Amino acid sequence: MTLARRIIPCLDTDGERVVKGVQFFNLRDAGDPAALAARYNREGADELVVLDIAASRDHRPTFLETIRRVAAELAIPLTAGGGVANVDEGRAILRSGADKLTVNTAALRRPQLLTELAAEFGSQAVVLAIDAKRVGNGWEAFVRGGRDSSGRDAVDWAIEGAERGAGEILLTSMDRDGTRSGFDLPLTETIAKRVTVPLIASGGADKPSDFLDVFEKGRADAALAASIFHDAVQELRELKCFLHSKGVPVRLSG
Amino acid sequence: MKNGMKISLIEYDAGNLPSVERALARQSVETERAATPDSISAARVLILPGVGHFGQLMRTLGSRGLLEPIRRAISGGVPLLGICLGLQALFASSAEAPDDTGLSILPGTVSALPVTAKLPHMGWNQLRHVRPSALLEGLPANAYFYFAHSYAALEAGDSTTAICEHGIPFVAALERQNLFAVQFHPEKSGDAGARVLANFVAWASARNGA
Repeated sequence: MTLARRIIPCLDTDGERVVKGVQFFNLRDAGDPAALAARYNREGADELVVLDIAASRDHRPTFLETIRRVAAELAIPLTAGGGVANVDEGRAILRSGADKLTVNTAALRRPQLLTELAAEFGSQAVVLAIDAKRVGNGWEAFVRGGRDSSGRDAVDWAIEGAERGAGEILLTSMDRDGTRSGFDLPLTETIAKRVTVPLIASGGADKPSDFLDVFEKGRADAALAASIFHDAVQELRELKCFLHSKGVPVRLSG
Repeated sequence: MKNGMKISLIEYDAGNLPSVERALARQSVETERAATPDSISAARVLILPGVGHFGQLMRTLGSRGLLEPIRRAISGGVPLLGICLGLQALFASSAEAPDDTGLSILPGTVSALPVTAKLPHMGWNQLRHVRPSALLEGLPANAYFYFAHSYAALEAGDSTTAICEHGIPFVAALERQNLFAVQFHPEKSGDAGARVLANFVAWASARNGA
């Protein structure tokens, strides 16, 4: 009886359509979020994440409608976020059908936001997203979709975020995002060893062995990927069968 | 349900009603929301879904006058399924909110999971069946269910039908006559969760003579 390692497809959207970039930029269209959600639900995804990477106020109603359309297709948990800056915006995301919400930039500007969200919705509904980039000997947490450094050490921020009420950390390596060169194992392992909440590793997934590495060496509780699933480079069931054959606990049945 | 009987979902602000509604709609089961004492008293089948904080839930149910109608429904034989926090609410108290009283249908208290494991207990885990269960009938022993919680009932006596473990063994599913509860989220647990909901609906239909 062991908690299964989770495989989580991620839909980066402009609010309405799925887009995918390389190292956070050069976005291209990658499909309809509800159609992709239905496919991943069927193929054995353990959860789904849908992010509004544009996160502009004007598009917020569109994104909430996207959450509703995606949630309608799922019999698995849904995490959604992008630009959430207060409890009311968090509530709108959860009311639209998400089980958990992510926060990033606003929490770095005002860490108390994590405490407020956890008090209102419970820690299990609050995911702290950290976009980390190698700077010198460490990693810094970046904000505004990877445009600016916050100046905060990513490891310290992960620890503080969990203490303040985040129930999970979604850690994206900006250096690896979209490069298909494997997860950032040193970054993932460093944070996994230091925080007491589950850690989702993201950025750089390509081959099945990358997932094996991020679970075994990176000590991640879950692994997130986008383009390899959208482009059908990697079939979900095949990936899980591979991990199972290597002794990683995964959920194989529907 | 074929005879037009609906399942009433107990509504309170922090709940995850839409997920449960969607999961039941996929099985062509009709639902309605029950937010008043009268609607709970009139219900023939109840589900108490749960997300959030034990104290918040108990205070909300209390301030809306729903505690007594829920207790009366259970003692009157109305089938009720508690989900996640809805399982915890059946107990007398919880370490999450020591000053608040639970529904006290079941004795004992809900405990914090030990900090030796990563918390919350978040993700897909398996069950150990400890006795035959109408709710878990037909499910393979290795089926996975989705959990998201930091508190759990460690003990429910003869009512326990399945346990799970995360740092410590805890009650994952329980049954006592018309009372059913699960610590996991069947509405988020794929095909296995759908089977649990279908089993509950089938039991309730048989009970109500549908």
